[in-house]
Amino acid sequence: MTESSPGTQPGEKQVLGPDDVRRAITRMAHEIIERNRGTTGVALVGIQTGGVWVAEALAGEMSRIESTDSEIAVGSVDASLYRDDIGLRPVSPGSVSNLSFTLDDVTVVLVDDVLFTGRTVRAALDAIGDYGRPKAVQLAVIVDRGHRELPIRPDFVGKNLPTSAGENVSATADGVVIS
Amino acid sequence: MSRSLLSISELGETGLRRLLDISDHMAEVNRRPNPKVPALRGKTVCNVFFEDSTRTRLSFETAAKRLSADTMNFAVSQSSLNKGESLRDTIETIGAMGVDAFVIRHRSSGAPWQVGEWTTASVVNAGDGWHAHPTQALLDMYTVRTTLNRPVSLDGGSFDGLRVAIVGDIKHSRVARSTTEAFKLLGADVTWVSPRTLLPPCHDERVVSNLDDVIDDIDILYLLRMQNERMNEALVPHLREYTQRFGLTPERAARLGEHVLVMHPGPMNRGVEMAVDPGELRGNVINQQVTNGINVRMAVLFDLLGSGSDHALTAATSSGSSDA
Repeated sequence: MTESSPGTQPGEKQVLGPDDVRRAITRMAHEIIERNRGTTGVALVGIQTGGVWVAEALAGEMSRIESTDSEIAVGSVDASLYRDDIGLRPVSPGSVSNLSFTLDDVTVVLVDDVLFTGRTVRAALDAIGDYGRPKAVQLAVIVDRGHRELPIRPDFVGKNLPTSAGENVSATADGVVIS
Repeated sequence: MSRSLLSISELGETGLRRLLDISDHMAEVNRRPNPKVPALRGKTVCNVFFEDSTRTRLSFETAAKRLSADTMNFAVSQSSLNKGESLRDTIETIGAMGVDAFVIRHRSSGAPWQVGEWTTASVVNAGDGWHAHPTQALLDMYTVRTTLNRPVSLDGGSFDGLRVAIVGDIKHSRVARSTTEAFKLLGADVTWVSPRTLLPPCHDERVVSNLDDVIDDIDILYLLRMQNERMNEALVPHLREYTQRFGLTPERAARLGEHVLVMHPGPMNRGVEMAVDPGELRGNVINQQVTNGINVRMAVLFDLLGSGSDHALTAATSSGSSDA
């Protein structure tokens, strides 16, 4: 952990470095495999846009750990048309849902970068319901920053990070930054 | 002050690109087995059509329903307008029932702007006189963006260097006006192919008066509907002569490049501007245009009623936040 790494701007604080994020993803990949007893019937679905790279990174780690020949299904879901705060946030271009496989009877691991109020996850759950009926849905996030407004709890967490509601948290492969 | 979609020029290049980007999201919704999202729950969209229309009205109605908005249809033939109620009173009356958006088609140019003065709801121009038909232009742009497969790719959605021929009655066509504006905003080169009697009095487009002059050097062939009324007005001597110079005949179809898209806003006059079976044309995207009509109209309604109200502001703040 470094406080003044080269990439940070004044007013920003880096709480996890690139290596910390990589290790957290490796641990979460192990946890997902352990919980589901392998990777069979598991699909990773990243929430657009921040969760997409996390889902891909987790899938990469999971197939490395299990050294399976069969590819782990990875998709993405855009929750913006299901939000309860429509009108406050725009849809972002290029963040279209991409689910090329069926979700029926699959264990879906919903993946996002930062878990905050839980409203995005709520919207993503609704979106997933329009694609099929998963056997179960689990939630994996790099950072849980607290301040939940809905009864939603992550199953796999990279880092629990106490924050104040006004702060901004970003999580990328380059690290986790509070500003 | 609510926002409205009245013309491509008022929308501008940024707005045009934003709506095309949102259309990608809507196209994905429409590919699902259950093409419906709750985005506009509780919103009401009223279609007010003072001119005949099948596809545009049905397309708007479908678009609103797939976003879970409620729809009202106002048919002029059954309305109190026949009892002498003014357009203003009609709009104010419907508005008092709680409408979030009016989708309006009217034979008079400028009617949607006038309606916008009388209501606080959003107004969408679904065609006004000879003037504008912005959602047709949007669906045309979206169709080109998603189907054109030419050697030089359209990087970043730019149409730079794309050669477009718009053929037919330009003067009386709101489609030609809006679609030309949109193509030019995105960087395409537009040529009008039209008899002199069917050109608007002032314009600065390149014009040729025979389709043969351009057919070998185009990427998009956009045929307009040739209306029979024009013959009665003596603007065109005979439909057969029109087909000879401006129609897509089998001979001309054979000369079209492999990547060329053939487009038509509908309804089509077979044997006049379309003198071949469109089903046998390689680049026929007319049905995609109709499908995309729903995608772009969903994008328009969502942009007006559901998305952030100040795009400059939301674009600036969304970049830094990744809160879930």
